[in-house]
Amino acid sequence: MNVTRRELLKAAFASGLSFALPGLDLRAAERRGDERQKSLIVIWLGGGASQLETWDPHPGTKIGGPTQSIKTKLPGLEIADMYPRVAEQVHELNVIRSLVSKEGDHERGSYLLKTGYRPDPTLIHPSLGAIASHELPNDKVEIPSHISLLGGQYPARGGFLGEMFDAFKIYDPSNGIRNLKTRVADDRQQQRLNALDVVSKSFQAGRRVQVENTLHQLTVERALRMMTSKQLKAFEIDQEPTVIRDAYGDTQFGRGCLAARRLVETGVRAVEITLMGWDTHANNFEGHKTQAKELDPALAALIHDLKQRDLLASTVVLCIGEFGRTPKINPLEGRDHWPRGFSCLVGGGGLRSGVVIGETDTEPQIEQDANKSTAMPHDPIEVPDLFATILRQLGVEFDKEVLTPIGRPMKFSSGSPIERLLA
Amino acid sequence: MRWKLLLPGVVLLAIIWLVNFVTQQPLKGIANEKTARPTVGIDESVQKVNTFFARRWAGEELQPVSTADELTVLRRITLALMGTVPSLEEIRAFEQDSGPDRLQRWTARFLHDQRYFDYFAERLARGFVGVEGGQFIVYRRDRFLNWLSGQLEANRQYPELVREMIGGNGLWTDEPEVNFVMAGYDDGEGFNKNKLAGRAVRAFLGQRIDCAQCHDHPFDHWKQNEFAGLAAHFGQLTLSAVGVREDRDLKFEVEDRNTLEKKVVEPAVPFGDQWEPTKGTHRERLAAWITHPENRRLERAIVNRVWGLLFGRSWIEPVDDLPDPPGDQIAGPKVEGAKHPKTLKDGEADFLDLLGADFREHGYDLRRLIEVIVTSKPFLLESKSDVEDSQRLGHMKEHFAIFPLTRLRPEQIIGSLLQASSLTTIDQNSHLISRFIKLTRSNDFVKEYGDLGENELEDRAGTIPQALLRMNGNLVSETIDAKPFTASGRISQMAPNDEKFLELCYLVCLTRRPAAEEADYFLPLLKQVQPKRRAQAVEDLYWTLFNSPEFAWNH
Repeated sequence: MNVTRRELLKAAFASGLSFALPGLDLRAAERRGDERQKSLIVIWLGGGASQLETWDPHPGTKIGGPTQSIKTKLPGLEIADMYPRVAEQVHELNVIRSLVSKEGDHERGSYLLKTGYRPDPTLIHPSLGAIASHELPNDKVEIPSHISLLGGQYPARGGFLGEMFDAFKIYDPSNGIRNLKTRVADDRQQQRLNALDVVSKSFQAGRRVQVENTLHQLTVERALRMMTSKQLKAFEIDQEPTVIRDAYGDTQFGRGCLAARRLVETGVRAVEITLMGWDTHANNFEGHKTQAKELDPALAALIHDLKQRDLLASTVVLCIGEFGRTPKINPLEGRDHWPRGFSCLVGGGGLRSGVVIGETDTEPQIEQDANKSTAMPHDPIEVPDLFATILRQLGVEFDKEVLTPIGRPMKFSSGSPIERLLA
Repeated sequence: MRWKLLLPGVVLLAIIWLVNFVTQQPLKGIANEKTARPTVGIDESVQKVNTFFARRWAGEELQPVSTADELTVLRRITLALMGTVPSLEEIRAFEQDSGPDRLQRWTARFLHDQRYFDYFAERLARGFVGVEGGQFIVYRRDRFLNWLSGQLEANRQYPELVREMIGGNGLWTDEPEVNFVMAGYDDGEGFNKNKLAGRAVRAFLGQRIDCAQCHDHPFDHWKQNEFAGLAAHFGQLTLSAVGVREDRDLKFEVEDRNTLEKKVVEPAVPFGDQWEPTKGTHRERLAAWITHPENRRLERAIVNRVWGLLFGRSWIEPVDDLPDPPGDQIAGPKVEGAKHPKTLKDGEADFLDLLGADFREHGYDLRRLIEVIVTSKPFLLESKSDVEDSQRLGHMKEHFAIFPLTRLRPEQIIGSLLQASSLTTIDQNSHLISRFIKLTRSNDFVKEYGDLGENELEDRAGTIPQALLRMNGNLVSETIDAKPFTASGRISQMAPNDEKFLELCYLVCLTRRPAAEEADYFLPLLKQVQPKRRAQAVEDLYWTLFNSPEFAWNH
């Protein structure tokens, strides 16, 4: 697209879009396309979504179950029929159908799929969003630059980068953030803060490093900045036209995805939105249908909306969970944990689009114990490679070594970018 | 939903009423000097601990920091044992006490205080039954807490409590210890025997076997059938009109996840078969095995937990994921990913074994254990150091050569806020803190502040929502309001001069006197305050002290 900034801004005003959200440096907020600094949106499917009931259906086979497939706008690509709206948008992203890992436990799997590293008893690795906000700081953003919406059990953490890079957790964005108003007039508030400085300094004597590690001062400063920030408007999703809100779906998750778009638009570096409920050890097929009713409209609307606003080229979108689910259908009509050949959607942020990677067998070798399976999809993709791809695309030096607090050097990602996804 | 808007107000009124009510009650003679004497003969145990640390520090080439002043230690003790800062009343009495070993005597006094029974019961209960309120009809966490509080008051031997929790029968209202098993009861599903087995091993043996429920432990030696054997001990657990009881006809069946075939599993233990008696109900047998004196895991787990509750950091973290006892021949080999915390050097004693054995040899006396820990060298150290190198400080922290800075828990913050809003001790007779914890369980403060629940001993830094809550939240604003009956109101009226005024505020909020540079800053400001603005000045000072890192962190 070859549009000047001025033209874009004009278009924005003409169509009544909320382009230039207040507070942010106008020039940065209005930037579009690849001129804009990169952001990341992770849609986290907590519990582990079934690849067979999402982006890698195998209808008519022993492992496929009752799930049917539908065509998408990408020739040759079919996804599960519960995703008619995603089918209209998925060509903007890429599909990986051959992710492999060795972690079949929720906690360990979530750790790997949020950090790109297997759990290590000696340190905690930072999540993708934490690395992005650490490496790509944005002084103009007064609200937290790494945000986790709708909770979940394992929200993204700052790990060895420090807790200040933990995702700021907001359980329901439609309720806004609490306790933002001061209780006294400005001059009195200022006096209180001046005094606080004196008392804090006194406590820091002999404890400088330790008190710094508590982040007390920093969190107070950031809280103060946030209290007066006009950027809080990003949370006011009721400011969006009805037609947009309806497109995302009238669900908490839908509102979360809409808030994510507004946050990214404001300059927030990384947003994670969690949709729980995928751990379908029983009634997998019904369970996934229920889940799809929330995911389908919200994800489709998000891709469409980002594209419409020319934000997709600067926003990496990743839709993933801790693992997939067994090809074998258990006696309870359920599927169990399966880390050996599962799917994700990834794209935007200047990555190529419409690439489909990997293929899973219709009759994989199945062991009694899924954790012991040696099944392997065609063209397997290791999780660290996916992470290296995303970090590189965000503009982060993915193989940079940083010194962890225990003095051990560690790369942001141990993988190498997947060349086929790079433009 | 207009009533919802009123709710915070109603809660607040209730709090104000409670505080008022309670502060006007006469003191029950709890802190009776005669009954509340320090346990005799702890010196030898303290010496053992001190010797261990002297060697450890020397071996690690660490220089411990100097000793903290006694008021600082007093604050640590009241926060850990009673969940609040000391009251002005207590600070004054403590300072006037010129007898020897006053910290030890005051510790003993607190250990006979209702506030300790209630608060410590709540802290221990987190490990035993978690924080969930559960289904009120069949589970009464409040009764369980009252029971546990009563046990701490009677200072019963720890293994007895464990045996009663695991093996008890009866109604959860009459026999509150059975709430341990009722916490594993689910209305539709009945008792979740796997959950109970996992919980018992975590809570009492300090190890995590839970994940062996579905598959062999991914990186430890636990096997799926070992877990099933443990869970089978809860297999005859049933619920009847008379509450929890054993039904000897019940079999524990495990369903094969692939074939759906059912298989009867007999109770079995993964190690130490000889410790399990052949007599008694299945649960009694399990309880006897867990509490067998040779089962070192029991004592290791509780001393690690109590150490953690007192310091804010357990000796080995996480508190319920301990390595096997050294020299334990029972355990199989560990595989990739296993933890090796605090690797022992040749010939060095394992600290949990050392303190655990001491605990066992002295009658499994929790009160004594606490006295030993708070009297030992590491607890008395400063949280300050000249060392500015992060790595070196981390090393010191790991080996407790410096008192760790840890974040106060939400109810410690509330307890301290409340205590600082009163000049006299918010009286122990009232169970105020425990009532308050209950009152606020559903309260926004604890929720927003972020209750870590069972993971409360995880090392976490402060967060923005917490800062917002302290600065702008309802509770803080109402607590510092200088009304006639609040401390801030009374201080502003009764302090004879600015110096005294400042000192009182500092003592009440931070348990110390202002430093010279603080006095230099505040006194000139206070001089300018007109008499009618006095109340406002005290509110501002209170706000400042409440929002300082010093208030929100244990140091």
